[in-house]
Amino acid sequence: MSPASSKPVRPVAVVSVAQSRSVRREDHRNEVEILMPVVTEVFAKIGVTKNDMGFVCSGSTDYLVGAPFSFVSALDAVGVWPPMRESHVEMDGAWALYEAWTLLQEGELDTALVYSFGRSSPSDLRRVLALQLDPYYLAPLWPDPVALAALQAQALIDAGRATEGDFAAVAARSRRDALGNPNAQVAKDQAPEELLADDYVVAPLRRHALPPITDGAAAVVLAAGDRARDLVERPAWITGIDHRIETHALGARDLTASPSTALAAEEAGVFERWGSGSGAVAVDVAELHTPYASQEGVVRHALRLADSVAVNPSGGPLAANALMVAGLLRIGEAAQRIMDGSAGSAIAHATSGPCLQQNLVCALAAEPDGKGS
Amino acid sequence: MAKRCAVVGVGQTKCMAKREDVSIAGLVREAATRALEDAAMDWSDIDAVVIGKAPDMFEGVMMPELYLAPALGAVGKPMLRVHTAGSVGGSTAIVAAHLVAAGRFERVLTVAFEKQSDSDAMWALSVPQPFSAPLLAGAGGFFAPIIRAYMRRSGAPDHIGILVAVKDRLQALRNPYAHLHIEDISFDMVKDSVMLWDPIRYLETCPSSDGAGAMVLASERVADSMATGRPPAWIHGMAMRSEPTMFAGRDQVNPQASKDCAADVYAQAGITDPRAEIDVAEVYVPFSWYEPMWLESLGFAPEGEGWKLTDEGATALDGGDIPWNCSGGVLSSNPIGASGMLRFLEVAMQVRGQAGDHQVDGVRRALGHAYGGGSQFFSMWVLGADKP
Repeated sequence: MSPASSKPVRPVAVVSVAQSRSVRREDHRNEVEILMPVVTEVFAKIGVTKNDMGFVCSGSTDYLVGAPFSFVSALDAVGVWPPMRESHVEMDGAWALYEAWTLLQEGELDTALVYSFGRSSPSDLRRVLALQLDPYYLAPLWPDPVALAALQAQALIDAGRATEGDFAAVAARSRRDALGNPNAQVAKDQAPEELLADDYVVAPLRRHALPPITDGAAAVVLAAGDRARDLVERPAWITGIDHRIETHALGARDLTASPSTALAAEEAGVFERWGSGSGAVAVDVAELHTPYASQEGVVRHALRLADSVAVNPSGGPLAANALMVAGLLRIGEAAQRIMDGSAGSAIAHATSGPCLQQNLVCALAAEPDGKGS
Repeated sequence: MAKRCAVVGVGQTKCMAKREDVSIAGLVREAATRALEDAAMDWSDIDAVVIGKAPDMFEGVMMPELYLAPALGAVGKPMLRVHTAGSVGGSTAIVAAHLVAAGRFERVLTVAFEKQSDSDAMWALSVPQPFSAPLLAGAGGFFAPIIRAYMRRSGAPDHIGILVAVKDRLQALRNPYAHLHIEDISFDMVKDSVMLWDPIRYLETCPSSDGAGAMVLASERVADSMATGRPPAWIHGMAMRSEPTMFAGRDQVNPQASKDCAADVYAQAGITDPRAEIDVAEVYVPFSWYEPMWLESLGFAPEGEGWKLTDEGATALDGGDIPWNCSGGVLSSNPIGASGMLRFLEVAMQVRGQAGDHQVDGVRRALGHAYGGGSQFFSMWVLGADKP
């Protein structure tokens, strides 16, 4: 493998972020109705319209909607008229952002709208996500995502890498931090000891170690170079972005590690830019898409995060986890903190597939050269 | 500036109604292996994988790229999954090409597939949705009225669709990978076939196929250093355009997004007269009448006169000045998610001189095209033998 360049050749930044309130069930709004106010807001924040966008890219999945071509009705509502350059990935919106960022690298377009939506409430998520698995040997057994995450959590415990108390501590911190996030779904101040009284859903995962089931949508505007500076005073520059996938066969993976996260971080320049002498990465903020409390330690380790890093100050996916949205939202939350001046450098992470099979790492900073200030 | 990118390897499977001898992984791996062999590369040479397919319900597997990662040698690499409706095979190739054009990677494997026999596409297309007009009984019912509108608007005679259906099936006989090989295809056979969605007869529509296509896309540095005998097919232009499904005043016969996409790709390639400057085209024609409709939309004929080119035989492999769908096209093979990629890779084969019995002599430039949704998503590329 020989990536032509692991560094961006053209500075591209997040210049606007919007999200819906994450809720357990949107009773009176469909996907399009959840998405449209978010798209309107992401433009209004910086005084642009869709006609100012060079490219549109979205991420969503038909299996949540239960109908084919579910991205089409969303696109119809966004209203790509006159016709626009547009594409869609059947992936979390974080990968749509990657596609848009790639296109902006070529230098011919300066702006892109990225959005995603996911409404998990209408379906039985544990059965739907079982359909992501090998259709011949695995899916017919209906192993659900909680059971697979529990295998991973047990492997961590068996390896002496984590305890149930660690999982409870992650959940308690996430829910407490979510009290400061008006869009979060699960926000409570509870001690880890209190959480350990929860019943097991699938041992060793208790209720609090699972992500909530969430309906939601998010949107981001990307802009390149001078265009980004024209639109906002303090853009959140993407200093590197990369993603990697692992094998689907769980038995062939070491579930206590995330080599794909580590490799993506390497390719995104995270270690080169922010790894200090000890090797620890000392960014201000990390927004990690680790839906199960047991997974946070795995990704932290792969990213070599210093203890000083504020992890998931938004509350993260344990406070709101709209499928197909939560990864893009990590980038949005991290970028928001740079744009509002509360952080100078940040790492955002997105995941897909069972037990962190596929991972994306996006490095962000207040200056395009990666300096935080 | 976008960097140069070329197709340096192509591979496809035989299309057929049911590939019961392989799993989905086996199907995509067959196409990908052939593309790698053609490029004289190994799995370890590939930097990134971009896969596309139409709705997941066509097989009943949610986000199947997760399961397919090891079969496509993607472990440890970036893997993207594109879904843009029927245009997806073309869009997937374009997304992959942008990874090279943006300078991110030097060797990208792109794959598209459909294994329709694992599920039922007609059923998957007919799921009722609240507040949406049902797409009853699949795509033909949606497109028949649009074709009828074209016939009324252009005054095209009834037999034009039959001519296209016969021509593409005759050409398919020269492509060993084509699904339909109807040895005794004739005007009367098509004319006498059952009317499915008036004016679309059974033999004027595409089959349901299992199949996959794959390509290796490479940077200029890699393409220049290729040791294989096959020359690269250089990308001279590539573009995608989308528009909403419906709104008052939308021209569904000749959509603006189609015209804009063609104008963009021609401008990149420096083409002003497509009929004169393009030697061969693979254009997404799932229903026979879409040949004359796209001839007009893509600028090969003035509006209202596309059917005359078909009538004169201008689009035939034998004797035509602008052969369309020498492979037999979508009318002869339709693995839905891969159909666009087959168009894109067939023109790469034409430019590289590897199309065998359906090769057009001396191809210098070729157009690959795909469309999808309610005739609203378009992807196109122009490939050339010369470095752009």
